Amino acid sequence: MRLITALAVAAGLLLGGVGSAGAQELVQEIGKVSIEGNTKVDMFRPEKDKESIPRNFQKQPPLIPHSVKGYNITQNFNKCMDCHSKARADETGAVKVAKSHYLDRDDKKLSNISPRRYFCMQCHVPQFDAKPLVENTYKSAVKGGE
Amino acid sequence: MMNLDKFTPAWVKRIGLATVLGIFVAGIVFWGGFNWALESTNKESFCISCHEMEENVFKEYQNTIHYTNRTGVRATCPDCHVPKEWGPKMIRKIQASNEVLHKILGSVDTPEKFNNKRHELAQHEWARMKASDSRECRNCHRYDYMDYTEQGNRAARMHPKAFDEGKTCIDCHKGIAHQLPAIDQHIGKQNEGAVEISHGEKPGEDAAGEAKPESK
Repeated sequence: MRLITALAVAAGLLLGGVGSAGAQELVQEIGKVSIEGNTKVDMFRPEKDKESIPRNFQKQPPLIPHSVKGYNITQNFNKCMDCHSKARADETGAVKVAKSHYLDRDDKKLSNISPRRYFCMQCHVPQFDAKPLVENTYKSAVKGGE
Repeated sequence: MMNLDKFTPAWVKRIGLATVLGIFVAGIVFWGGFNWALESTNKESFCISCHEMEENVFKEYQNTIHYTNRTGVRATCPDCHVPKEWGPKMIRKIQASNEVLHKILGSVDTPEKFNNKRHELAQHEWARMKASDSRECRNCHRYDYMDYTEQGNRAARMHPKAFDEGKTCIDCHKGIAHQLPAIDQHIGKQNEGAVEISHGEKPGEDAAGEAKPESK
């Protein structure tokens, strides 16, 4: 949850920055967190390989327990699938991509992930032991989670 | 000088000691000049004096660890693309005259043209690296000095395994300094029929086998 909060605030900051100058004058704060200046989120550094942090809720896309520095997903090449595809996972020791990702929208099975799942990092983000920016009472719904 | 006379070879006497010394000095100057000229074409600033390099590959490389990193130790263009040993360096430099020709012809003078040739250019480099057992990588990255305990989990697991299988750096580390060409990973139709990437599946694989020029 800490990560989700961090990401939500990051997204908020980003949107604030993109908005027009007029909107910026109106929105100076999100809750009690100022949207100006450096925040803890700006200090984010990718972490090195680590034990996986347990999920916070069921069906949460698992976090990435390793650095993804320089791992690009482009039109030409999907770096994630270079290790995590069914064909490569045995050799690389990577976690195989879930079966659901191999289905197209008509539930037809494909030989590799469906193009609609191409952008891995839309859902799977690198894990980071981020402290909540705003105190909250969230309790994990997953056994073994926090 | 009289006592030196009997030690002086006949051919030196014939052309004179001064001439011999003159030739010796001229040799130093000539070699120095040759080496200077060669080295001046072996600098990053020389490489990116062509916009083909500056606009395409140099820009991509600026996002990578070989350009910028924690300690500021860099690998510039010639560190990877020109061998350090004299013999292979001369051969590579002579081959590079072909690049001068294509500069004049304008073969890759727009990003579009460059990207259309990217798969071919990339495969040439992969083949060259494979053939030399990634010699230019190993000028800095010596695997017999690697401390696996300092490496990430994945690297520490894969490196010894790959070395045992006789793999070389480029087998896995493709596209680390520049963008990859379109690679067919069998995801959708986008890159169907494009180059398939090899991870050195077949050790001792014929270097040319991986880089058969496309019949385009």
